[in-house]
Amino acid sequence: MIDVINLEKHFGEMQVLRGINVKIDKGDIVVVIGPSGSGKSTFLRCLNCMEDPTGGQIIFNGVDIADMKVDINVHRRHMGMVFQHFNLFNNKTVIENIMLAPMYLQCQDIRRDKRKNLGIRISNLFRKEAEKKDLLPITTTKTEISKKVREEALALLKRIGLEDKADVYPSTLSGGQKQRVAIVRSLAMNPDVILFDEPTSALDPEMVGEVLDLMKSLAKDGMTMIIVTHEMGFAREVANKVIFIDEGQILESGSPEEFFGNPKNPRLKEFLSKVL
Amino acid sequence: MGNFSQKVDNFIYIFMEQNGYVRVIEGLKNTLMIAVLGLFIGIIIGTLIATVRVIPKYKLLPRILNGFCSFYVGLFRGTPIVVQLLVFYYVMLPLMGLRITGVQVSILVFGLNSGAYISEIMRSGILSVDHGQMEAGRAVGLSFSTTMVKIVIPQAVKNILPTLGNEFIALVKETSVVSFVGAADLYVAFNYIGSNSYEFMVPYLVMAVIYILLVLIISAGIKIMERSLRKSDRRN
Repeated sequence: MIDVINLEKHFGEMQVLRGINVKIDKGDIVVVIGPSGSGKSTFLRCLNCMEDPTGGQIIFNGVDIADMKVDINVHRRHMGMVFQHFNLFNNKTVIENIMLAPMYLQCQDIRRDKRKNLGIRISNLFRKEAEKKDLLPITTTKTEISKKVREEALALLKRIGLEDKADVYPSTLSGGQKQRVAIVRSLAMNPDVILFDEPTSALDPEMVGEVLDLMKSLAKDGMTMIIVTHEMGFAREVANKVIFIDEGQILESGSPEEFFGNPKNPRLKEFLSKVL
Repeated sequence: MGNFSQKVDNFIYIFMEQNGYVRVIEGLKNTLMIAVLGLFIGIIIGTLIATVRVIPKYKLLPRILNGFCSFYVGLFRGTPIVVQLLVFYYVMLPLMGLRITGVQVSILVFGLNSGAYISEIMRSGILSVDHGQMEAGRAVGLSFSTTMVKIVIPQAVKNILPTLGNEFIALVKETSVVSFVGAADLYVAFNYIGSNSYEFMVPYLVMAVIYILLVLIISAGIKIMERSLRKSDRRN
């Protein structure tokens, strides 16, 4: 589903990614580990062009999204992202956070038709009676869509057990709650893949569990996930592919049993001996 | 003090009997209209300029726009408001062949002028919003402009509201120079009363009080607005 070919990223003079090749299939749960400064977060952020890659290709659903000419917004809708610092919209309530993007997307047609209708109406003023054009029919209203989207959002909130928090602002939530809301916010777009950028690194130890549990349940549902994390236990339990990145290169990748049980690369051995 | 009470009587006489109050109300209306519409135009221009100035500048078009905006801000911050009024009224408009009143010119000039100042205020507001907010908006597939309008600018406005209030108050007071282009504001009204009675002490005192009252009312309004915008920060 995602095919990363020879991905490179420079920040000015510094080369952060030196040719990364990965193939990710549907349903894969890929965990990316590596020492800090190794480029693993940059790799993840390049996947949805949060950082524009400076070389190589990212083929997502058959389209090279590293190409600057494609409309990246269309592809990002199929690619959720969860951040280390949650990044919930502070000026929106929890339910509005979840509804915002689906609402915007589903109202796009209405907005376009309304815009066209306005054009037709204005040009009708200058047309003769016989030549007047009919307005485009608008079948749904914003309220109907909003009702539907709200129901879906509430169902998602119910899944994480926060339906009673629907109308509060994010500033009143705990870190774990925020991160769970952030995860269902990206779920609300029905993405093909979700990228997790160190989702538990900014959390208190006792809140890490609830977020990891939610991620595990997503994994059980067959969601494709790419996760940058320091949670080795989680990686071993959930991942079906683990990648070790250091100095902008993939040094080792494989199934978790092989990766943790029998590491070959000396740099990985050293890293694992420090963190395990 | 007998002298002073006579002056007050004199003022009241002209204010009530010689239609002084009509002029004062007219002047108050013009002053407020110039300030409010000027602020409105200023906020629109300022927001546009601020947005242009925070767009990443890889491409040519943002760079050109950015250059133009810097020039605009430099121009309007670099000249006194009176000079701008005079240049617009006596140079620009005749050159363009437009005939509009002093009040309309004042609204335009105050809008353009405060736009330059508000753009900088707004820019600092936008920069004060965590970059993650923009990233999160982009990550769910919203465009730069949609994220800006729906997420970043509402939070920026909340952060800059006190400064924006300052700008509005300054604007209300600065309007007292519009008589340079023949607009009848509060100053003109009280000046009229003063010149009719050959006595300026009481009219100008009352004028000062009216300005203070205006500013106090505005401050109270801003406070109420701020409280309602701050509700997303409150923990309950």
